[in-house]
Amino acid sequence: FHALFMLQVENVKLLDRYTNRKAANGTLYLTATHLIYVEASAEIRKETWILHHHIATVEKLPLTTAGYPLLIHCKNFHVAHFVIGQERDSQEVYTSLLKLSQPVKPEELYAFSYNPKMSKENREIGWKLIDLKVDYQRLGIPNDYWEITDVNKDYEVILAQKIVVPRAASKTVVLGSSKFRSRGRIPVLSYLYKENNAAICRCSQPLSGFSARCLEDEQMLQAIREANPGSPFMYVVDTRPKLNAMANRAAGKGYENEDNYENIRFKFIGIENIHVMRNSLQKLLEVCEMKSPSMSDFLTGLENSGWLRHIKAVMDAGVFLAKAVKDEKASVLVHCSDGWDRTAQVCSLASLLLDPFYRTFKGFMILIEKEWVAMGHKFSHRCGHLDGDPKEVSPVFTQFIECVWQLLQQFPCAFEFNERFLLEIHDHVYSCQFGNFLGTCHKEREDLKICEKTHSLWPFLLQKKQEFRNPLYRGFTAYKELQPNTLPFSFQFWCGMYNRFDKGMHPKQRVLDHLLSCMSQKLKLEDNASELENKLPFLDGALPAEACSFSKVGRAASKTPMLNTPQDYEGEPPAALSNGASAPDTDGMDRDHPENLSPHRGLHNLNDVLDAEAKDLKPRHH
Amino acid sequence: MLRSSQPLTGPNRKRCREDEMLLGTLLDEGERGFIIDTRSAQAAKQARMTGGGTEPKSSYPQWRRLHRPLERGRPLQESFIKLVEACNDTSINMDRWLSRLESCRWLSHVKAALSTACLAAQCLDREEAKVLVHGAEGTDTTLLVTALAQVILDPSCRTLTGFQGLLEREWIEGGHPFHLRCARSAYSHARLKQEAPLFLLFLDCVWQLSRQFPFSLEFSERLLLTLFDNAYASAYGTFLCNNEKERRVGCLCKVKENTHSLWAWLNQPGEKKKYLNPLYSHNALVIWPSVEPQSIQLWQGLFFRWIRSSQYLDEAWAEIQRLVEGN
Repeated sequence: FHALFMLQVENVKLLDRYTNRKAANGTLYLTATHLIYVEASAEIRKETWILHHHIATVEKLPLTTAGYPLLIHCKNFHVAHFVIGQERDSQEVYTSLLKLSQPVKPEELYAFSYNPKMSKENREIGWKLIDLKVDYQRLGIPNDYWEITDVNKDYEVILAQKIVVPRAASKTVVLGSSKFRSRGRIPVLSYLYKENNAAICRCSQPLSGFSARCLEDEQMLQAIREANPGSPFMYVVDTRPKLNAMANRAAGKGYENEDNYENIRFKFIGIENIHVMRNSLQKLLEVCEMKSPSMSDFLTGLENSGWLRHIKAVMDAGVFLAKAVKDEKASVLVHCSDGWDRTAQVCSLASLLLDPFYRTFKGFMILIEKEWVAMGHKFSHRCGHLDGDPKEVSPVFTQFIECVWQLLQQFPCAFEFNERFLLEIHDHVYSCQFGNFLGTCHKEREDLKICEKTHSLWPFLLQKKQEFRNPLYRGFTAYKELQPNTLPFSFQFWCGMYNRFDKGMHPKQRVLDHLLSCMSQKLKLEDNASELENKLPFLDGALPAEACSFSKVGRAASKTPMLNTPQDYEGEPPAALSNGASAPDTDGMDRDHPENLSPHRGLHNLNDVLDAEAKDLKPRHH
Repeated sequence: MLRSSQPLTGPNRKRCREDEMLLGTLLDEGERGFIIDTRSAQAAKQARMTGGGTEPKSSYPQWRRLHRPLERGRPLQESFIKLVEACNDTSINMDRWLSRLESCRWLSHVKAALSTACLAAQCLDREEAKVLVHGAEGTDTTLLVTALAQVILDPSCRTLTGFQGLLEREWIEGGHPFHLRCARSAYSHARLKQEAPLFLLFLDCVWQLSRQFPFSLEFSERLLLTLFDNAYASAYGTFLCNNEKERRVGCLCKVKENTHSLWAWLNQPGEKKKYLNPLYSHNALVIWPSVEPQSIQLWQGLFFRWIRSSQYLDEAWAEIQRLVEGN
């Protein structure tokens, strides 16, 4: 631990919205990968870890009586407000953090130095854990209408190696269509609804301008439509606002003309662009950071940010796709401009709504690998992994994760995983600790030798599956399609994400932990019971004392009654009332250290994990 | 913790030796007490013009007065009506929804009520000082504060029977005019002068507590919804009339002789289990809620009760029940 420090600074305070007045002194350490703040008093030792890659901005605030403040904003919405005693120290920390948080070359990213003790074979097995071909097989592909092809290997297309296209589309058609689509992103299959053969396909905008046509592209769409003989028409959905799409025509791009494409129904679903979303999030975070806002301030700020409006727009689009496929039995072709942002959100959401498989651990991982990684979402740019163009940064994946969370709220029993799973994935999309989200496309990942030099996130998560389980999951067959209510009031503010580190704001008692421990206790008791049953035939007389000492599972697991303290209920407390003395968190309420992406956690033998996983993830039948 | 109505100081600053002595005897030599007045300082001052007022510092030297204005009466009823209108508008877009949620101010009232109750609780628990709560009449916001403070402070008020006892004591016997306040609810065009959803506001605050402390209340949301229903229309006599006098003497119906008690029905073993919280675990400590806006949510189970299916949430509760019982 000690040998790894680059910098160690004493006399540092960490302020939060509650303990402004008497924050304790602690020590700040900088390692090659993390900032670690340690507050050690007689009773407790509290560590706060921040991964350098998670740092979005560092600001020097004006000098106060307490010292030299530094305000750190993180990409996972952690806001850390340090006050450093000495100016020189403060300056040194500031410049170090600026440098450490903005790597220039991909090779500087954590994933290339992250080294858990793991054999080469295990690391490779880890990368093979998610195989998209397995999902295509599950969907029944290849079949009479659809085939898997690597035809795009020949042209520098940003699409995945293997894509699914209609069998009826000849190589000429595919090639021709690729010349008529922005960045060559031809229509490919995203999801096939086996029950009625309707398909969700995705692509980028056509280079139609005001009047250009392309026979092969029209034939491509025809092939897609005819791959679903159950429907006379198909939808083409442009997820941009109509105005933006029209503006693109002036640049030689645009959208499909219904007159030119046989039997298509064209529809705009206005989801705003990446710049609008970036600004929206910025405003939302400002609201979250307000100190002691009134209810009005908060709701007005929430409204002005537009954030929930955008979340609803994405959800509405996903719902539209799912309805078209399930109820109208019609195939849908989705695009935005480039087909790697809004398109990814909407297609993955629709798949989730339609197919319970994607609501399992394995399924969700496959969904992300398929719709986001393989289909070329530019994680590196959107998440600002490297020092680059700030205008490319946008919370596109964050919005998708939030839509999933909104679904978790409406359908608490429908997902195999819980909120923590979503937060952890989100953390690691930004952490660059694993190679899955590095780079901007398949080719770049090959060049960087991701599979040889880095680790995959998925086995790491599966190993911690017990933390991420949803105790209320009713199994694979309990719910088929999900039909969420999309009225405005159904969308809640996700406190656990945007005010995640403001512990005081969250419910003080965690039902999730209690239920998870009920589940594991129950399993333990069942094991004990069967163990004892096995002993019975060999016993003579009374049972051993252990048999009687079980506590009922039903008894609530909370051991120590939970101490909590009143917050400051006034804006300006009268002098007579002091704020409650803050007692330390006595029980393990702080179970997850979200800041703690420590590399020190060892990994178990990967084979064991995979075996267990193979057993567990067979769809549960009730 | 004590409650009362406003002192009748009037425009001429009348004094009352007995009242001063009464409050004086409550405090030891050098001990300090707090008066929480649920009106704004200005409103309290203006009350003098109509014969009411506040306790002057000079006459009640050991008592420190704090003003924490809580909405009541017509404005609170309007807030409720506007909220329900917004909830029922299915053509609304997100911005309009948030705007109406903000402008109806219902959640602001919830925040204010919780904050004031916590203040009263803090006086008792942290300062170990006595507290007197009053507004104008002592039958609305006063009872809201004292009842809520007890749920926060006292684990026995969080049990099913303890909570019923609390309601009997603070709301029913305390003289909240249910008949006037819970007349037509949010849909009536009548706009009755005396109607105001104080009791609903109390139930909403209790629901907020149950959300923040899911293990600490012995009763479930279902109980709160049932109480809400029965306050407006009931097969039982528990919430009838406006005060004890009316229930015994004034009312033609003689409530205790001629009606059944809601509590008797609720407490039957067959009924009771429907109202229990499967996660309940006795918590001996004070439960301090967070009153940050992010911590306060709209009570969907009440306001969207008839608008959106609760099927999936009901299934979730059934799962929780199953898990906790170890089936």
